[in-house]
Amino acid sequence: MEIFTLAFMQRAIVVALFISVITPLIGNIIVLRRLSTIGDALSHAGLAGVTIGLCLSFSPVVTAIIFSVLSALTIEYIRRSFPNYSEMATAVVLSFAVGVAAVASGFVKNPAGFNSFLFGSIVAISNFELATVIALSIAVIIIMVLLYRELFYIAFDEEGAYLSGVPVRSINLVFTVLTAIVVSIAARTVGSLVISSLMIIPVACAMLISRSYLHNTVLSVLFALFFTITGLLVTAFYDLKPGGTIVLIGIGVLVVLLMIRKQR
Amino acid sequence: MAILEVKDISFSYPDKSILHRISFSINRGDFLCIVGTNGTGKSTLLKLILNRLKPTEGSIKLFGTDSSQFKCFSKIAYVSQKATAFNKDFPATVEEIASLGLYSRKGLFKGYDREDREKVHSALERVGIAEFAGKKIGNLSGGQQQRVFIAKALVSSPDIIFLDEPTVGIDIKAVDSICCLLGELNAGGITIVMVTHDISSVIYHSNKVLILSEDGSSELISSQEFTGRSLMNLQHHSHKEV
Repeated sequence: MEIFTLAFMQRAIVVALFISVITPLIGNIIVLRRLSTIGDALSHAGLAGVTIGLCLSFSPVVTAIIFSVLSALTIEYIRRSFPNYSEMATAVVLSFAVGVAAVASGFVKNPAGFNSFLFGSIVAISNFELATVIALSIAVIIIMVLLYRELFYIAFDEEGAYLSGVPVRSINLVFTVLTAIVVSIAARTVGSLVISSLMIIPVACAMLISRSYLHNTVLSVLFALFFTITGLLVTAFYDLKPGGTIVLIGIGVLVVLLMIRKQR
Repeated sequence: MAILEVKDISFSYPDKSILHRISFSINRGDFLCIVGTNGTGKSTLLKLILNRLKPTEGSIKLFGTDSSQFKCFSKIAYVSQKATAFNKDFPATVEEIASLGLYSRKGLFKGYDREDREKVHSALERVGIAEFAGKKIGNLSGGQQQRVFIAKALVSSPDIIFLDEPTVGIDIKAVDSICCLLGELNAGGITIVMVTHDISSVIYHSNKVLILSEDGSSELISSQEFTGRSLMNLQHHSHKEV
């Protein structure tokens, strides 16, 4: 238990708690709108941002946010240009981000820092990153609560939402930007390569047992909290990579839930 | 006063011209069915009326306002063709889906109070599915799901409901009950505009029929006249068969 008195562990737990709340809030809408690949594209965009930040010796979290938001806006633009092939937008941005990350990684002076963003790290969170995560997470939670009905309506029936007066385009834009922010700030703890899994797996687990949309949203957050806290504890005691550990715990729970449902 | 006026509208897709100088109007309390063979532009016409598409020429007025400027969303409700083709695993209850219909009256960032919840409940009762309020919508039959979407349309107390093929993909018994429900709503004062293939709903419940032809033209007739023509066609076919 001594480990919890350490400052880095306390920072990691606070960050993990906030990320566990905001990630499934975003993931819930992404899954229900069948846009799961957008998380992947933006996490890779975040990684490209991280790489650029490391190259320029600037805060990687900040450059990740900037690069992800720009990528999110590009995805929205391409989706509007090709409304019948919207998945193409995520593929284009993902390819571009991987290209940028691959080229820029050759110029990173500290490969350990780069790796910590790939699979997450609980020892690497600075006080500045802690403050950034808390401030942005609170902003994301407030916006998601305010737009709860609008996002629910759009997720269920975008055309119906438009005809009821929901400002669909503006809300889609806000949501895409929020997704980019969440992906970027979560990259430090769970890693860019697994963040999209943390968006999807808690929602998948919740969908197996939820009774309503509200129930599904709350359950997704509870599952994410369980995966993240358990993952961090395991990571601390066995010196594992947090991102991979969190995702593997999530997958384990999903498999168990699927088996229970099959037996019923 | 006409609550929907369509004047000389034409519309073309890049590869095909489908509507040519269509004009018609309907008054409060009308039940208009839009019929025509596949590809004549029935659903396109609804999309034009609802400002989801722009006509190449002509004008459309809803409650006296140009449809592109129309913002009084609570006066209209729409039940789409895809209503029963939604994601069946969507984790939402019947009550939650019906509540979405309140949005057009409440607007952005507004919470729902007890009165709103009562409105939702009374809409569900009106369409006969209040007992399923807490059930997941994906667990209901096609006919019951369509009733949920009609309840969603009703909660904002609209003056006019647009329906695009509401009976597609549901069994005959459910089709009859949906059509009777629409007839009851119309008798209660709600104007109905419905795209349909189902001739019986046209004959028994509507008072006006807009026939769209393959050459892009249209004809607005009364449902009695439509019934007469349908019977003549039927006789003509049976004589041929004899």
